[in-house]
Amino acid sequence: MHEMSIAMSVIDAVTDRAGKEGCTRVTAIDLVVGSLSGVQVESLRFCFSAAARNTPAERAELVIEERDASGVCEECGAQFPVAGYHVCCPECGLFRVRVVSGEELAVKSITIE
Amino acid sequence: MCDTCGCSPEGGAVLRKPGEEGYHVHIGDEAGHHHDHGHDHEHGHSHHHGESRKVEVEQDVLLKNNLLAERNRGWFEARRVLAINFLSSPGSGKTTILEKTVPMLAGEWSVAVVEGDQQTTNDADRIHALGVPVIQVNTGTGCHLDALMVQRAVRELDLKERSLLCIENVGNLVCPAMFDLGEAARVVVISVTEGEDKPLKYPTMFHHADLVLLNKTDLLPYLDFDVEKCREYAMQVNHHLEWIEVSAKNGEGMESWKAWLTSRLERI
Repeated sequence: MHEMSIAMSVIDAVTDRAGKEGCTRVTAIDLVVGSLSGVQVESLRFCFSAAARNTPAERAELVIEERDASGVCEECGAQFPVAGYHVCCPECGLFRVRVVSGEELAVKSITIE
Repeated sequence: MCDTCGCSPEGGAVLRKPGEEGYHVHIGDEAGHHHDHGHDHEHGHSHHHGESRKVEVEQDVLLKNNLLAERNRGWFEARRVLAINFLSSPGSGKTTILEKTVPMLAGEWSVAVVEGDQQTTNDADRIHALGVPVIQVNTGTGCHLDALMVQRAVRELDLKERSLLCIENVGNLVCPAMFDLGEAARVVVISVTEGEDKPLKYPTMFHHADLVLLNKTDLLPYLDFDVEKCREYAMQVNHHLEWIEVSAKNGEGMESWKAWLTSRLERI
């Protein structure tokens, strides 16, 4: 959802940082997108190429690391991969799982010149 | 513009006040989504000119909203305002619940309201009729409230210390879940005229909620809605959820809702 405003937000953040580093071009952007971040990667790529036009990120390669989500059972402590929020623990079978990773949506690094 | 729902939050949300035709404040222009094109870099950095290097950023993409949400949160805490974000699909009864909540707290706690809808001041008008301060945020094509809209709306309200601020979000079970407003708690309203599998269909929303209000229980005799099943699904998606069944129409369960609110109000 909102991949266009997210793409624009990424472009703003990297342009700003590139400017602070005294650079005019962003050649690569390393993004981390968790599987539970609510972002559709293909949609984000599409929106990014549209939003980056006429910006310092215009020719930037968008490198997206898609991270799987994992959860911890608050009952027995088991840790395991999860695909969503409706999850029961594979060890004890209870629905008392806390998602500990997979919701990230972050710019890890940028390559600039 | 979002290619899924066509929303354009930067398109400009507007604040309106019931009973004040001329009052009209644009939000979003100062949020200033802008690109710096042809921004001159200093030639003093020329020894890096043309060299490519990687720079660690480690920045959350929703940083702008989340930072502002934390500022809102701090502001509410300093003023001892309990801010509650009410979320649901359209038509579950959020505004009616608020219309009944205001008189329930009258004389004990001050209440103010921020209403969020794409268009009209209909909901704010209803709250205004109860004599409490209210602002309407019209998001235009936007599908959710965000921290900036709340910050701007709250500036127009004279919030009292030790009071309740009800933020009625745009009716939508998808997008509002992603946007922290700086609230102390999230209350998701579902009604018995919806399917009991709502929590499974919209897990993100339920996972990030604190309390579920199941509304319109007065209609249960006419429906095949399985209350226990709905609650079970909700608890499976978020085992920390609190659950209260109410009918805003006939008052059933509203005392429990009031008790939930007052116990939180007493703690601020």
